[in-house]
Amino acid sequence: MTIRLVSLALLIAAWYVGAQFAGPRMLPEPQAVAVMMVDEARSGALAFNLGATLSRVAIAFALAMLIGSAIGWVMGRYRTADRFGDPWLIVLLNLPALVIIVLAYVWAGLTETAAIIAVALNKLPIAAVTVREGARALDRGLDDMAQVFRMSAWTRMRHVVLPQLAPYLAAAARSGLSLVWKIVLIVELLGRPNGVGFEIGTAFQLFDVTKILTYALAFTAVMLVIETFLVQPLERHVSRWRPKPA
Amino acid sequence: MSPAGAPNRLEVGRLEVDVRQKSFAAASGGKLDVIGGLAFSLGNGEVAALVGPSGCGKTTLLRIIAGLDRDYDGSITLPDHGRLGVVFQEPRLLPWRTLEQNIRLAAPAANDATLDALFRTLGLDAHRHLFPGELSLGLARRAALARAFAIEPDLLLLDEPFVSLDDALAMRLRDELAELVTRRPVTTLLVTHNVEEAIGLADRLFFLSASPARVIAEIPITRPREKRTAEELAALRAEVARQLVAS
Repeated sequence: MTIRLVSLALLIAAWYVGAQFAGPRMLPEPQAVAVMMVDEARSGALAFNLGATLSRVAIAFALAMLIGSAIGWVMGRYRTADRFGDPWLIVLLNLPALVIIVLAYVWAGLTETAAIIAVALNKLPIAAVTVREGARALDRGLDDMAQVFRMSAWTRMRHVVLPQLAPYLAAAARSGLSLVWKIVLIVELLGRPNGVGFEIGTAFQLFDVTKILTYALAFTAVMLVIETFLVQPLERHVSRWRPKPA
Repeated sequence: MSPAGAPNRLEVGRLEVDVRQKSFAAASGGKLDVIGGLAFSLGNGEVAALVGPSGCGKTTLLRIIAGLDRDYDGSITLPDHGRLGVVFQEPRLLPWRTLEQNIRLAAPAANDATLDALFRTLGLDAHRHLFPGELSLGLARRAALARAFAIEPDLLLLDEPFVSLDDALAMRLRDELAELVTRRPVTTLLVTHNVEEAIGLADRLFFLSASPARVIAEIPITRPREKRTAEELAALRAEVARQLVAS
């Protein structure tokens, strides 16, 4: 913990020193960013924009994980589905995020639905590919065991299959969360009237580096809180059965 | 044929096995015959042992009886409701659930008293809240036995349940298993390559040939297993050896 704090303090110190050389227009001092953060928080703009972005992240992430994992599981279990779905996955995986976003806005208009679908479509193939690997590695012996003891479909899913997929789902969720929020910002920059991405877009036009840093850091802090208080405890719970290294 | 609605009482608990042929596709093309005509039946509560060399198709036969492999020529008739208790060669416990949860998941209908008694007989009482990764192989195998008994099966299938345990532990587990099948009789099929294990537990021995497996000798043991003396076991061993040489 101490090392982490020292490391963080060093980063801020380096920023301060850099600000002295670059000048306030290029790189404002840390305290200027802190002051703006307090101002934005007081006016309610910070909470409003963070909330808008966060809800887009949450919905797009949930959609992509749910549908992507289901597709990945089916493709990992059934060869025909795998052969059929593979070209689609490769196309989606290799389409640049920007192309998907622009096409979604052109076809569905500058709407919330278009924005969320565009983000989810970017993340979905990655979740599918990761979970497919997990489904391919499922233990046949445990499957046989579940079958001879006539476990219900629900019991099998919940107690036999999902725990085996857990590390793959965790990997997909980890990489997914950081990817999704970056893409949400682009979607907001290109076609939404609010959110962190919109604010950063406006600040960019005004060359307001203080504001860009204010919003970027505020959102990073939110993601850090989610990682520490949601993702990590969940991972610890899911892997509680693994023997701990001495 | 008994008239509909009047089940034949003598047939309750009976297992009929008739596998005429079972083969796998060989990697080099062509097919590999594993079982070449295996037919026998077991009465209610009878404990039979299938003894044969490693790789003779014993596990394949158990998979067919358990309904895990349907690609064969022949027919299987399971006792009554066909509720199966299977002990695989490896314990096959869910590593992410505790020992007790493993058993309750397989046997959701089992009541606490039955489970407590099972845990006590198998010496698992102190370990019920441990995860399988924290158990020794001996304890994990006991847990697999407990799971198979917890569902109160109509047919118990055991696939070399004591392999790779040291002799003393294997013997103790064998006694515990004998106690369990004596307390609650269940039609049982034990697969093993260990003659000692077979004559200590079974009422009937079937000896299988090397692959493709068929029955080469059948030895009934009439004496109840808890009354078998050392001399009788020695005599049985001699009989087994004689029959094997003869075939």
